[in-house]
Amino acid sequence: MAAAWGNIKFTYMNSWPVDMALELTQRVCPDVPLEADTITPDRLSGLGHTEIEKLPLHYGNQPCLLADFFAVSGNADDRTVRISGDLSKVKFLGAQMTHGSLHIEGDVGPHLGAGMRGGEIRVEGNADDWVGPEMSGGRIIIYGDAGHMIGSAYRGAATGMCGGEIIIHGSARNEVGHAMRNGLIAIAGNSGDFTGVNMLAGTIMVLGELGLRTGAGMKRGSIVSLKQAELLPTFTYACTWPPAFLRMYFIYLQQLGLALTAAHKAGSYRRFCGDGVELNKGEILLYAG
Amino acid sequence: MRLRTTDIADTFAEAFALWGTRVIITAATEQWALAAAQTMTGFATSIIGCQCEAGIETTLSPEQTPDERPGVSVLLFAMDKAAVGKRLVERIGQCVMTCPTTACFSGLENEQTVQVGSQLRYFGDGFQASKQLAGRRYWRIPVMDGEFTVAESFAVQEAVAGGNIILMATDAEQGLSAATAAVQAMRMCGDIILPFPDGVVRSGSKVGSRYKGLPASTNEAYCPTLKALTSTALPDEVNCVLEIVIDGLTEAAIRAAMQAGVEAAARPGVVKISAGNYGGSLGQYKIHLHELMAG
Repeated sequence: MAAAWGNIKFTYMNSWPVDMALELTQRVCPDVPLEADTITPDRLSGLGHTEIEKLPLHYGNQPCLLADFFAVSGNADDRTVRISGDLSKVKFLGAQMTHGSLHIEGDVGPHLGAGMRGGEIRVEGNADDWVGPEMSGGRIIIYGDAGHMIGSAYRGAATGMCGGEIIIHGSARNEVGHAMRNGLIAIAGNSGDFTGVNMLAGTIMVLGELGLRTGAGMKRGSIVSLKQAELLPTFTYACTWPPAFLRMYFIYLQQLGLALTAAHKAGSYRRFCGDGVELNKGEILLYAG
Repeated sequence: MRLRTTDIADTFAEAFALWGTRVIITAATEQWALAAAQTMTGFATSIIGCQCEAGIETTLSPEQTPDERPGVSVLLFAMDKAAVGKRLVERIGQCVMTCPTTACFSGLENEQTVQVGSQLRYFGDGFQASKQLAGRRYWRIPVMDGEFTVAESFAVQEAVAGGNIILMATDAEQGLSAATAAVQAMRMCGDIILPFPDGVVRSGSKVGSRYKGLPASTNEAYCPTLKALTSTALPDEVNCVLEIVIDGLTEAAIRAAMQAGVEAAARPGVVKISAGNYGGSLGQYKIHLHELMAG
């Protein structure tokens, strides 16, 4: 038919503008943590090379300049920043980011995208602990593995991630989505113990194995796994059925490059309600084939 | 103007501005998606008597739907944005949510929206849950076969209703044959529905009545049985008149459908093709048949 359809399907722009990006190339590898919350498209777009080179960072307990560690080229007029090197000791990259794109080539340190509100971060490598803590919008994609506390609340805080998406193509460690209230965390590999601990709402999808004590203390929200799992006794089996809403998530995640099959989309899932020590309105869905 | 053996009247269809939306219904099979869509679009032939006009636009393959299940696209039109919202809540709640395995999504993109899932969620009696994905919120309402998933809001847009063609035939057989061919051709056009039974209406109306309180009554000028009693609009050899009414998301969509319909219906046995109007004083759109067919 000739109808001009609206965007009834999800779309994901997979192309990445490379020609116009601001390039930050690591010159010196830090021995101690380098705090780089300045490095976001928000702060860098519209600035000249000299202004960027003079932006303040913190190296250990000493102030320093961006130029002490990075060579600057290109420009961020299109709000795209590329940063490359061994960034495993570089913390807070993309923190509080609201728009644009941050493309990281190499392993990255903790607190990536902390408090992020918009835009997209991609990591062509592994990420340390605390990816997207307390973020409320935007998308973080990790093409390698990630550490503990993904999308979590900081210690002492009541609420973790409130929106946005974290997509991990590898595995993640403990306390994924601790106290998260909204948003999506998808992990192509396995997740560690206490996945979704104290979760308030939102969705965590793990295509691999779940660790121990999944969903402990969760009030609402969904934790989905394609593997079987040993659940806490405070989760109660409800039924086995094919949830229509999961199909949309899987279609969306397929577009983001996660390996999901037609069988996963059309399959049935065993629903467990919990956590019974809390509100008992959360759910764990395990693929039943 | 003549198109083959058929006269094309020098007149125009008078169409009206109103509001419309597209609803995507999916289900485990096309049969159940169609069951929901047919139920939802029942008793929706005319705003005058049904408060909305609705119809099935097309069936959709799994590749075309948000959850990759077989689907049906429905268009619904009402007088204003709020009325579209009310009718959607009623009809999705009573006709789609009740149908096994269905889910329901907005099929338009527009900033203007009406709340639907956020109203229907109360049927969940506290057990409902929402999911937000790619900037859109969906409600999951527990039902006896699992869950009913419905979009929180549906996009609406200004639309056009009341495009029409009138087929004047020598007899019912010729009239029905031409109308069927026209409907088939018009349904190939997108963004439109034909709200009457199988696309065709025989009870064309005029505004008002001799009876107090009736907003519309039979259009005697087009009734063959009244030729001897009234100022008829029918040629002598015409004994059957059928009308096809078109509602569309845009005027261009209605024009395309009318053109396809006239082209398909102009055949031996159809003496004349005309269009209904109210003298141009009521509707915001005038679609002239000669201009349409000349273009």
